[in-house]
Amino acid sequence: MSFKSEIEKLNWDQISKQIYASTAADVEHALNTAKPDLNDFAALISPAAAPYLERMAQKSHDLTVQRFGKTIQMYAPLYLSNECQNICTYCGFSLDVKIERKTLSDEEIMAEVKVLKSYGYDHILIVTGEANKTVGIDYFKNAIQLLKPHFSHIAIEVQPLEQEEYEELIGVGLNTVLVYQETYNKENYKKHHPKGKKSNFDYRLETHDRMGKAGIYKMGVGVLIGLEDWRTDSFYAAAHLDYLEKKYWQSNYSISFPRLRPCAGGVELKSVMSDKELVQLICAYRIFNQEIELSMSTRESEVFRNNVIKLGITSISADSKTDPGGYANPNVNLEQFEIHDKRTTSQFIQSIIDQGYEPVFKGWDKVLQ
Amino acid sequence: MSDLKIGDKVFTSRLFTGTGKFKSNEMMEAALLASGSQLVTMALKRVDLNDSEDDLLQHLKPTNFSWLPNTSGVRTAKEAVFAAELAREALQTNWIKLEIHPDPKYLMPDPIETLLATEELVKKGFIVLPYIHADPVLAKRLQDVGAQAVMPLGSPIGSNKGIKTEDFLRIIIEQATVPVIVDAGIGAPSHAAYAMELGADAVLVNTAIATAKDPVKIGLAFKMAVEAGRMAFEAKMGQQKDHAEASSPLTDFLN
Repeated sequence: MSFKSEIEKLNWDQISKQIYASTAADVEHALNTAKPDLNDFAALISPAAAPYLERMAQKSHDLTVQRFGKTIQMYAPLYLSNECQNICTYCGFSLDVKIERKTLSDEEIMAEVKVLKSYGYDHILIVTGEANKTVGIDYFKNAIQLLKPHFSHIAIEVQPLEQEEYEELIGVGLNTVLVYQETYNKENYKKHHPKGKKSNFDYRLETHDRMGKAGIYKMGVGVLIGLEDWRTDSFYAAAHLDYLEKKYWQSNYSISFPRLRPCAGGVELKSVMSDKELVQLICAYRIFNQEIELSMSTRESEVFRNNVIKLGITSISADSKTDPGGYANPNVNLEQFEIHDKRTTSQFIQSIIDQGYEPVFKGWDKVLQ
Repeated sequence: MSDLKIGDKVFTSRLFTGTGKFKSNEMMEAALLASGSQLVTMALKRVDLNDSEDDLLQHLKPTNFSWLPNTSGVRTAKEAVFAAELAREALQTNWIKLEIHPDPKYLMPDPIETLLATEELVKKGFIVLPYIHADPVLAKRLQDVGAQAVMPLGSPIGSNKGIKTEDFLRIIIEQATVPVIVDAGIGAPSHAAYAMELGADAVLVNTAIATAKDPVKIGLAFKMAVEAGRMAFEAKMGQQKDHAEASSPLTDFLN
């Protein structure tokens, strides 16, 4: 039993139809019920909820403050490699993109650590492409062992692994794994992932079940917004979350909202999400699930990021580099994507404090698993 | 109002407080001072034990606060014991609030792991205050293995829903030979007063103070409520009755 058998019970077109047929009464119900379910989530992400955005934002704010208080968890991505054997139509690390490739050595990793520690970071997110021979389980294990003495919380966003591999990494101090399905529409997934191990939709879909069985502390779920109709895709992500939470009840969960933007020469997007719609989605998740971590990267703009702190986001990065080695030796030729909010960490945390929130650098401890 | 003794410490305030969720450590300190609290709990995961200048701890230095490190984040007895030992070494206190919640959604305490860890920690010389569901049998078992107090929940942690476990709290209070501290779910001063009227020895409040618009003012409100509730309990309030006293008692003929 995995999410694969669950997803087979869902019909993309029917769900899409349900979302777009939602009424004001459905949205009212979702806003008033004590325990919103997936049907309520569908109403909250529907076009019918657009006029309710302020009410949704107020509710999302209240629920978030009650659970998380007036605090925001800070983290930093640490890109270790841009080598990749996959072709993904939207990604700067795709095999067919002609960029310089680099995988950090131990010394280079430690040079990055030095910079990130000087900024104050204590929660770290390791990011790589998928190059199993050079950047596989042994590389990750070594990297985590190098980083562990310096960071309280270690997350990875790398290729899907086997259960035993997750167990091995948890054993050396891994806390969190983020794997995004990109899109839950199998046909469309294949168009965007034509080559490489990542083209196997089902293997990726069952990754969270493998993590859950391995006993991971936290797992991240999400879609790459823009590849498909965002509403239907997000419904699937919420269904995935709902399934995982019930089955792997000892794990924590995190959602993030990477949003593709239309750009010249870039991949053709099936839907373009507006700022209003992204706020709607953030609030819908919070109303649906009070306990979940909602995370935001520097892909979004300064103004947008300043404002979503009050709307339900609980974890945020700043001052990020998406090129391996970029903290110590920036090189734009190695970047995955150009970040939007370029403020320094100290500038960013001041804006959090100005809004009446406490930026938290240490929210976990090495001794906890 | 009588003093409260737990382990080797005597408290004149029966309001215990938490340190999470505040918008700043300055605000936390001001609110806790206003509350008159003498025992404050802090999560190990939020404190840098290697940093003697840790900002959160700096704001808890005023001498009116005794520290109660908690094990929030651990999922097993083994992890809890390890975390407690680290806290003892770094924070120089053998007091520990034992929280083991393997369920991150509702943060429900695990009774089995809690009992195991309490037993172990007591042997290692800790003053153990375990956070538990309002389970009277578990409260007795913890007391038997040497817990210095028990901390049953009033309702799910952070929920602000008040005293929803009243019937079970009453049994725990009736049977306990150690102090009973109602922890979790207290969302309003009236909830705190009510728990004290029931006979709880103390209450622990965090979310309701930290997330209020004016944490200092509500800290003071909780102080007053806890004192009022305790004094009412000590005054032996009149009983609630469903009926008025009969004016013609049925047993009058016996006189």
